[in-house]
Amino acid sequence: MMKAKLTGVTLGAMLMATTAMAGDVRLMWYSDGVEGEVMKDIVARFNAANPGINLILEEVAYRVVQEQLQIQLEAGDGPDIARVTNIKALAPHWLDLTPYLSDADYWRTNFGAHADWMREDGSEAITGFMTQLTLTGGFANATLFEQAGVALPGEGATWDDWVTAADAVAKSQGSAAAFAIDRSGHRISGPNVSYGANYIGADGLPAPVDAGVRAFAEKLVGWVEGGQMLKDTWVAAAGSTYRAAADDFINADIPFYYSGSWQIANLSTKIGDGFDWVATGSPCGTAGCSGLAGGAALVAVKYTRNAEEVAKVMEFLAQEDIVREFSERTLFLPAHAGVAAKGGLNWDTQDPNVGAALDKFVAASAEILPGAAALPAWKWASAYYGALVNRISQVMAGELSLDEAMARIDSDIAEQVAAAK
Amino acid sequence: MTGAIAFVTRRRGGARWDWTDVVTFLWLGAGLVVVFGPALWLVLSSFKTPAGLAEFPPTILPYEARTAEVQGYDRPLPLYSVTDERGSRTLAEVRRVGTVAQMVDPENPGEIERVNIATRSPERQVALSWSNYLDPFLRFDFMTYARNSVFVTVVATLITLLTNSMAAFALSKYQFRGRNAVLVVIVATLMIPLSVILVPLYSIISAAGLANSLWGVILPTVATPTGVFLLRQYMLTIPDELLEAARMDHASEWQIYWRIVLPLTAPALAVLAIFSVVWRWNDFLWPLIVLTRAEVYTLQVGLNAYAGELNVQWHYLLAMTVITMIPVVLVFVFLQRFITAGIAGTGLK
Amino acid sequence: MQMAGAAVVAPLVWAAQALDPVLRLWQRWTGLRGMAGFFLVPNMAIFGIFVLIPLVMNIAYSMTTGGALFLNARDYVGAAQYQRLLDCGNYLDIRTCKEDQFWTAVRNTGLFVTIQVTLLIVIATVTALILNRELRARSFWRAMFFFPVLLSPVVVGLIWRWILDRNGILNAALLGVGMDPVNWLLDRNLAFAAAIGVTIWAHLGFYALILLAGLQAIPRDLYEAAEMDGTRPARVFFRITLPLLMPNLLVVVVLALIRAVQVFDEAYVLTGGGPGTATLFMTQYIYEVGFASLLKNPGLAAAASILMGGVLVVLTLIQLGLGKRNEKRGKLK
Repeated sequence: MMKAKLTGVTLGAMLMATTAMAGDVRLMWYSDGVEGEVMKDIVARFNAANPGINLILEEVAYRVVQEQLQIQLEAGDGPDIARVTNIKALAPHWLDLTPYLSDADYWRTNFGAHADWMREDGSEAITGFMTQLTLTGGFANATLFEQAGVALPGEGATWDDWVTAADAVAKSQGSAAAFAIDRSGHRISGPNVSYGANYIGADGLPAPVDAGVRAFAEKLVGWVEGGQMLKDTWVAAAGSTYRAAADDFINADIPFYYSGSWQIANLSTKIGDGFDWVATGSPCGTAGCSGLAGGAALVAVKYTRNAEEVAKVMEFLAQEDIVREFSERTLFLPAHAGVAAKGGLNWDTQDPNVGAALDKFVAASAEILPGAAALPAWKWASAYYGALVNRISQVMAGELSLDEAMARIDSDIAEQVAAAK
Repeated sequence: MTGAIAFVTRRRGGARWDWTDVVTFLWLGAGLVVVFGPALWLVLSSFKTPAGLAEFPPTILPYEARTAEVQGYDRPLPLYSVTDERGSRTLAEVRRVGTVAQMVDPENPGEIERVNIATRSPERQVALSWSNYLDPFLRFDFMTYARNSVFVTVVATLITLLTNSMAAFALSKYQFRGRNAVLVVIVATLMIPLSVILVPLYSIISAAGLANSLWGVILPTVATPTGVFLLRQYMLTIPDELLEAARMDHASEWQIYWRIVLPLTAPALAVLAIFSVVWRWNDFLWPLIVLTRAEVYTLQVGLNAYAGELNVQWHYLLAMTVITMIPVVLVFVFLQRFITAGIAGTGLK
Repeated sequence: MQMAGAAVVAPLVWAAQALDPVLRLWQRWTGLRGMAGFFLVPNMAIFGIFVLIPLVMNIAYSMTTGGALFLNARDYVGAAQYQRLLDCGNYLDIRTCKEDQFWTAVRNTGLFVTIQVTLLIVIATVTALILNRELRARSFWRAMFFFPVLLSPVVVGLIWRWILDRNGILNAALLGVGMDPVNWLLDRNLAFAAAIGVTIWAHLGFYALILLAGLQAIPRDLYEAAEMDGTRPARVFFRITLPLLMPNLLVVVVLALIRAVQVFDEAYVLTGGGPGTATLFMTQYIYEVGFASLLKNPGLAAAASILMGGVLVVLTLIQLGLGKRNEKRGKLK
């Protein structure tokens, strides 16, 4: 019986492992908001129009994309297409679609601006396209400011101006704190650059942390100690764990919140008519008022057995009207140059705060400094972000001094670079 | 209720209140609150709207805003109770600009009043947000996930019981060279957490072609050292004379195993079965790594899709947490006597 | 229920019977030794492939570097990963260590194990003593304490994070009775206490039941004799209950120790290791380094897990030793 059973096991395993049928295309997708449902709808239309291809949408938690996907890719497994944010570091695993595309120039024209974000340095490959562009930036609770009788800081206001103003609001309205920033190295990198930071060394490898990073880190630590910055988000976790402060802003616990454009749909649904909120762009530092661009890309995976079909799927999803529809329904900023240039997107929302906020982010993208603009296409950015969060939050928790933290960030990054080589 | 009071006020021995009675009373009372309170809170919260979840201080019961159809407006308007110099009354809000709300009297919709928002508070009613439960069902292939979960749980438990009991039989009733070595290995690995061997284990699964197969989830978990250990300790208490007597009657070793030893080990097998069911049903980290195709997702993996990069959809996540808890609660309700008596009975060494 | 049970058992019985002639043949060929092999092989084969080999491979991983998954694609570095973990300027000051967070995790785990196990044992003993009294609906109370054992660790962590949140129900309750809300998970000591409390909450029932089994095995007449002699309750506890409970207590201590050393899921979901690194434990450190971070370092994680595994093996061997001693005494019921 044991033998029979073992044979059964092996058979079953073989059957299950070889279900990758010709014509199947598997798309790994994570969602922050409604984009999963929108995508499901678009996928259904694709399948109806292309009977020869079976496009399967596999919705996963972001954690799968972040932690498990890399291991699968290393093993030569994985889906055929994936929606990924860590696109640069994983670039060796992406498929060059160029030979399979019917119109590669369409891709170069419309998505060329971000092509470097998702391919290895020096490569000319077309590996996919950005499903959305994001830009970090602030949100202010206009109603709380109004109730407190504090004017919203205007153009050119610095981080100190914003924190001071928000603190006055918080004091008068009894808020938990003046402001919060998501616990993420990506989020503080725009401000760091605004204070003159540069991450990228002359050789393309990480440069030691400089005065710019230190300047903003020192401010953050001071704001945590002074009670202006909400302690929960940064101090409450170890390592490079991501924590968002969106719920605190939604709950009107903080008058000012620094996050990014992707929050718009989330804020709109959860705040509803609770209060008025505005996008503020990024406050200024000594060197500028930079945010940091980013986003999620849909990329083809090198290990697919159905490259032709994958290219068909990608071509369908990258069409101008599909991109436009996807952006309008998800309230994401489109990465398609044609769509962006034409403008006039008909946002699928009743909320008057949304349109203004999206416009503000589009305008703020002009403020991105070169030091920040280079980061999304830089291989070591994630190593830098992780070390920043890990160590700066230890300073906030009183475990390290700022000097120690800066030294630790350097050695952490150096070790990651050494280990990954 | 009187029964409950009589029950909790029961005293030790005679009519005099002993201090131990007080301790017992307090301990059990606190236990009741601390054990069931959180679970109850989870269930109640899972029925709240996203806005309700973000609220502080949180309400105990799930609420939704009361709305009213008002003539001249095509969508229902939210109702607020307003208290200001003109007295307190219920108004419907048309829109809010900054700190001023434009409101109408639902009975008399012609005239728009301007009200400071500080003087108004929303009127609400208790309502269960069933969409937290329904939407995921509509959006995901819930039945497939459930079927996979049941398959993994049942098959893994059956294999666990069979292989573990066979190994335990060999280790407790036979003398052979290397027996102690095998025992030491089993005990030494008794408590190595899976998270520690994730990477090498995945490389084995991947090389064996078991990635994205339910067998890739089942096999690494079935040879539990815990199970072998537990069953062996129990089988040691079965007298060898029983086995010898059976051998006299020309029973084969296989017959001795399944006719004599297995039935006598039933209480320990039951405990192992229950634990195996609960463990396999709750398994999360390992299936998350092995299973990436929707048709092989288990419930715990499939329902996790609500945790995005930037936002977690708590209202769905809580509802789905409750759903996955249901089988465990059922096991608890129907088998609790068995579990508790079983653990006590096996003397779990 | 009965019918269903019979329906499941009947084919199994039939299969077992059908197998018997084949196995008789095997037994005739190989004797008892062959049968022992037959009974052992299925379990040990699975165990070997999916537990033992990965463990051995882990040793190989710990001597390599790079991000590749398969061993043959990784670079051999010898003991460099161990050197890095153990490299400290001054072993009394964590901040001089190269991998300071590894040592923080070691220290936190040590502290956690000491406090959690002590508290767990005391609370489980008291609970068992209370459950051993003549209570009405005792099976209900017994089951009640056992309920959290059945919940998945992720759910446990989630529920409690929800409750202890700054905007959670516990703070709402404090506000309700006029007290200031507390930032439970932001204060180093409170967060550590929360990790201890929640893990105790989740495991208490299991240990209480083992102890209860021990208590119920103590002969009643011992107590009756003590009562006749007018012995004071405290003396009865220390002279009769505790010594006779000792075998079960030892089992509980060792099991609880091992579980505490590898604490992960509940604490990870609850505190994420924070505030700062106040609740960063060994397993989380390994998981972060080898798995969760964007640039994974499986070599370093493997080295850390080998060091941790060493500690666990020592603990389990102690358990084996204690078990042996008890077996000899024949006390353990």
